[in-house]
Amino acid sequence: MLKEIIARTGKKLCGLFGVILAVTAITFIMVDLLPGDVAYEIAGEGATLEDVKAVQQELGLDKHVISRYGNWLANIARGDLGKSYRNQEPVLEAILSRLPVTLELVVLSQFFALVLAIPLGIFCAYRPRTLIDNGLSSISFAMMSLPVFVMGIVLIYIFAINLQWLPASGYTPISDGVWANLKSFILPAFCIAMVEWVPFMRVLRSDMIATLQEDYILMAKSKGLPPSRILFKHALRPSSLTLITILGIHIGHLIGGAVIVETIFALPGIGRLLIGSIFGRDFAMVQGCILFITIAYVSINFLVDSFYTMLDPRIRMSRFD
Amino acid sequence: MGTLLNTNKKGNIVASTPRSVAEKLGASFWLSLMWIALVVFCAVSADLLPLPEYDSMDWTNQASPPGSTVTDQSADGFPAGTEPRVYLFGTDTMGRDILSRLIFGARVSLLVGLLTPLIGLVVGGTLGILAGFYRGWLDTCIMAVMNIILAFPGLVLLLAITFYLGQNLINIIIALGILTIPSFSRVARANTLTISQREFIQASRMIGRNDFYILSRDILPNIIMPLVVYALLVVSYMIVAEGTLSFLGLSVPAPVPSWGGMIAEGKEVLDEANHVSFIPALVMFLTVLSFNLIGDALRSGIDLKDGQL
Repeated sequence: MLKEIIARTGKKLCGLFGVILAVTAITFIMVDLLPGDVAYEIAGEGATLEDVKAVQQELGLDKHVISRYGNWLANIARGDLGKSYRNQEPVLEAILSRLPVTLELVVLSQFFALVLAIPLGIFCAYRPRTLIDNGLSSISFAMMSLPVFVMGIVLIYIFAINLQWLPASGYTPISDGVWANLKSFILPAFCIAMVEWVPFMRVLRSDMIATLQEDYILMAKSKGLPPSRILFKHALRPSSLTLITILGIHIGHLIGGAVIVETIFALPGIGRLLIGSIFGRDFAMVQGCILFITIAYVSINFLVDSFYTMLDPRIRMSRFD
Repeated sequence: MGTLLNTNKKGNIVASTPRSVAEKLGASFWLSLMWIALVVFCAVSADLLPLPEYDSMDWTNQASPPGSTVTDQSADGFPAGTEPRVYLFGTDTMGRDILSRLIFGARVSLLVGLLTPLIGLVVGGTLGILAGFYRGWLDTCIMAVMNIILAFPGLVLLLAITFYLGQNLINIIIALGILTIPSFSRVARANTLTISQREFIQASRMIGRNDFYILSRDILPNIIMPLVVYALLVVSYMIVAEGTLSFLGLSVPAPVPSWGGMIAEGKEVLDEANHVSFIPALVMFLTVLSFNLIGDALRSGIDLKDGQL
C-alpha cells in the first residue's frame, strides 16, 4: 500500500511539473510573439543600432526562443530568476519582498470568509428551508453577482468615506505597529471575504444536510447530545471535505488573483507587482511572477488533494481497493 | 431518494414536492428577462437613440449629479440654440453623459458576455464530445490539455494575452473564450459518457450508422441543453471578467466606454460624486444578477426534467 501511495504521488508530481513547464513555455512564446523589440525600449530613444545590439546580446534576445527558454530553465535550477529589465532588481528578491503582503491578505480574507460561512452554513443545514435559510440563499445569490471591484468601491464608500473608520487605501508595514498594519488590511480582506463566503456557505450547507441524515447523527441525537455538540463535533468534520477543496482552490487563485483588490486598496503585493511589470513591459519580472504564481497555484492544489485523503478515511481506503 | 428527503425540526421525514417548470421559473426569471431585453435593445439601437456622443465632453458640467439640466449649450456636438437637455444619470469626471456611455458600454459587455461562451460552447463542446465518445488516447490527450489550461491561473493568462497581443475586443474575446473551453469540454464529456452507454446508440451502430451521424444526430441533441444552460451561467462570469479587465485598464482602449472602466473613473471622485461609480456599478450588478437568475431558473427546470425521466 505504501508503494502505491508513493507511485501515485510520484505520478501526480510529474503532472505538476509538466503543467509548470507548459505554462512557462506558453508565456515565453507569447513574449516572442510581441510586436516590436524589447531591446529598443530598454536602449531608450535616440539609441544607435549598436546600443540596441548590445542590449540584445546582454539579455540574450538575439538567440532563438527555445535556447532562451532552456537558458532560463537552467538558471532557475540554480535559483536565479534573473533581473528586472527596468531597475536591475533581482526578480526573486522582488517577489519574496511582496510575498508577505499577499499572504497576509489571503490568510485574513479566508479567515473572514470562513468566520462568516461556517456558522451560517451550519445553521442553514440545521434549519433548511426556513425563512433565514431562504433569505440567506437569496443574499448569497445577489453577492455572487457582485464583482469584487464593485464590492471594493462600495466598502470604501461606506467605511472609509462615510464612516471614516478605516483608511481607503495604502499599506502600513508591520514594523509601524500591529494594529496600524491590520487596519490597512481589514477592508481589502473583508472585500475578498464578502465575495468568497458565498460558495463556502453553499457547499458546507449541502454537505451538512447530507451528513445530518447519517445513522450516527441519529445515534448521537438519541443519546441526548445537545445540537451544538452534534453539529460542531460530529457533523462538521465529515461535511467539510468539499469546503476544504474549494478553500484550497480559492487560495490558489488568490495568490495571483488578488490583483484587483491589491490595485484598489494600493497594497504592494505580488498581484500588483505583476500588473506593474506588465504595464512597464518588464518581461523578466512578468516571467518570474507567472512562474511563482503557477508553482504556488499547482502546489496548493496538490496539497489540498493530499489533505483531502487524510481527512476522510473512507476516501483513503476506497482509493486502494 | 436520499437527497429528496429532509428531516424537519421534529425529526420527521419530509419529501420536498416537485413543482412545475412554469412555477419554478417565477417572477424573478421574467423580471430578469425584461431587464436583459432592455439592455440588449439599448445596446443594439444605441446609434438611433437620441443620445449625445459618448465622448463629447461638457467641461462646464463635470461630474454633475443625475437629473441636472443644461441650459447653456456648452457641450460640443450640441450647437447653440437647441433646447435645454437633461443629464438623466448625470455626467462623469470629464463631463460626458453617463447614460450615453452606459448604453455604448453595454455593447462591449454584451459582445464579450455572449461571444465568449459561444467559443467555449463550440470548441469545448466538440472536444468534449469527441473525448467522451472515442475514449482511449484521444480522451487522454484532450483532457491533459484541458487540465493544463485549468491549472493556468486564469487572470494571469488573461493579463498576459491582452498585454502581449494587444488590447482590443477580439483578443479579449479569444483569451476569455480559451479560458472557458475546459469547463465546457468537461460538461460535454461527462454527458457524452453517459449517453454513449445507452441502448439507442448501440442500436444506431448496429444499423450501420457512421460515427459522424451518431455524434451529430444521436448524441448532440441529447447533450446540447445542459451545455446551453451552462453557457448562460458563463455569460455572467464573462461580463464580470471583462469588467475586471476594463477596471484595471486592460480592456478596450480609452475613449470607448466600458462599464468596468466607468466604475474605475468614478473611484477618484467617490467622496463628492458617487454616482459616477455607482450608476455603472448598479447597471452591471443588475445585468450579471439577471443572467445568473435566468441560468439558475433554467437549470432547475432542466434538472426537474431529468428527474422525471
